[in-house]
Formats: sequence, C-alpha cells, structure tokens
Amino acid sequence: MRADIRIATQAFDPEAELAAFRIALSGAGAVVSFTGLVRPASDAGAVSTLGLQHYPGVTEHAIAETLADAGERWALEAALVIHRVGDLTAHEPIVLVAAASRHRRAAFEAADFLMDYLKSRALFWKSETSAQGKLWVEPRAADYADAARWGVG
Amino acid sequence: MARLLFFGRLGDLAGAVERSIGLSQAHSVADLIGVLGQSDRLLASALGEDRIRYAINGTIVDSGTLVEDDDELAFLPPVSGG
Repeated sequence: MRADIRIATQAFDPEAELAAFRIALSGAGAVVSFTGLVRPASDAGAVSTLGLQHYPGVTEHAIAETLADAGERWALEAALVIHRVGDLTAHEPIVLVAAASRHRRAAFEAADFLMDYLKSRALFWKSETSAQGKLWVEPRAADYADAARWGVG
Repeated sequence: MARLLFFGRLGDLAGAVERSIGLSQAHSVADLIGVLGQSDRLLASALGEDRIRYAINGTIVDSGTLVEDDDELAFLPPVSGG
C-alpha cells in the first residue's frame, strides 16, 4: 500500500491534493475522501483562530502506524493523510483523508477509520480563540465512541 | 540536559512548549514532576493528573520510568485533531 502523510504548516488545496493522489493510482476502482473544515463558531461562540499543535516526528510516526494498520484491515492501494498545524481561520481545510481500493467498501471504511483515529487518538492539540479567550479542545464522548467501533485504543 | 516538552494547555501553564533541565542523576517521571513543583506547584499539579500521558524519546511510558540527562520527556494532555 502507498501511504502519504503530511503535516502542513501552510494552507493546502484539498482538490489539488486529491487529484494528485488519484492520478498516481494504478488499479483502484474507488477513492473515498474526507475534508475537514474549520467551523466558524463553536459552543463558546464565534471562533477567531483555531490553533493546531503536534509533536514533530512522533505524530507522523504514529499516523504511519495507523495507516499500516488500515492497510492490514482493508485491501487498499493507497491512503493519504494531510493535517494542518499552526493558526487557522474559519472555513480553511484542516484535514484531508483519502483511501483508494479496488472496490468501494474498503475505501469508505478505511477513510472512516482513519478519521476516527485522527479525532480521538492522533497526537494533535487544538485550541479555539473566541471573545471568551483561548480554550483547549478535547474530543467529545462521541469521538471516543466512534473510535471504539474499530476495536482499537 | 533533559528536554521537557509541554503540549496543549500544559504549554500555557509552563509558559513555553519547551524547557531544559540538568539532571545529575536519573529521575523517575514522578520525581521530576516533584522537582518542577518546587518552583511551580500549579504546573506540577497539572502534570501529575491522571489524564496526562508521558513519552520519553517518543515512546509512551508510565510515571515510574527513569528519565536520563539526555532524554526528551513529553507531557501529553488529551489529544484533539481533525
């Protein structure tokens, strides 16, 4: 399986990245992708800045292990994870996950699995700055429940 | 020097993401938190919470693991990505 991982410190173009991912495929019949965007508001109100921090080297290594895990669970030709760090503003892409397989089911499930990992277990720390100040975000109970569906963590 | 990394809200409490500390001998993670607590009790209290995980040189460890002078010790609060 081809595995592409990138921690992006600058804005990225999900459509261009997805096109490049697709063009490099050889035998896949299905590509499923997920793009996460910065929401303009949270429970605390309008969010002016979303800050994303990671543990350089260690975060990438753990994502690579999870991609390898996905490759063992499903017959994937390729998988892609791009995750932003730094300061983001509303509507900006924060994450892109893509999975390619011969038939659709594996790609759907692998993309879902990878997003559940990124939401609940990957080494990222997220802060929201609003009129109320800066707040560090933690996964919701639903994020942990989603991740538990795969029997990991 | 051991390199200490404070992620998430722990970095705000520590005043910086990174700090160096000279260790004349190996300390357990728990002991090291105690040493930090001599100058900053609030930080030490946060570092010792149940929900904080510890990593030495990128590998998750428990609080009894020894930290050597050239190690990198990271304090990892609950994560949130995506």
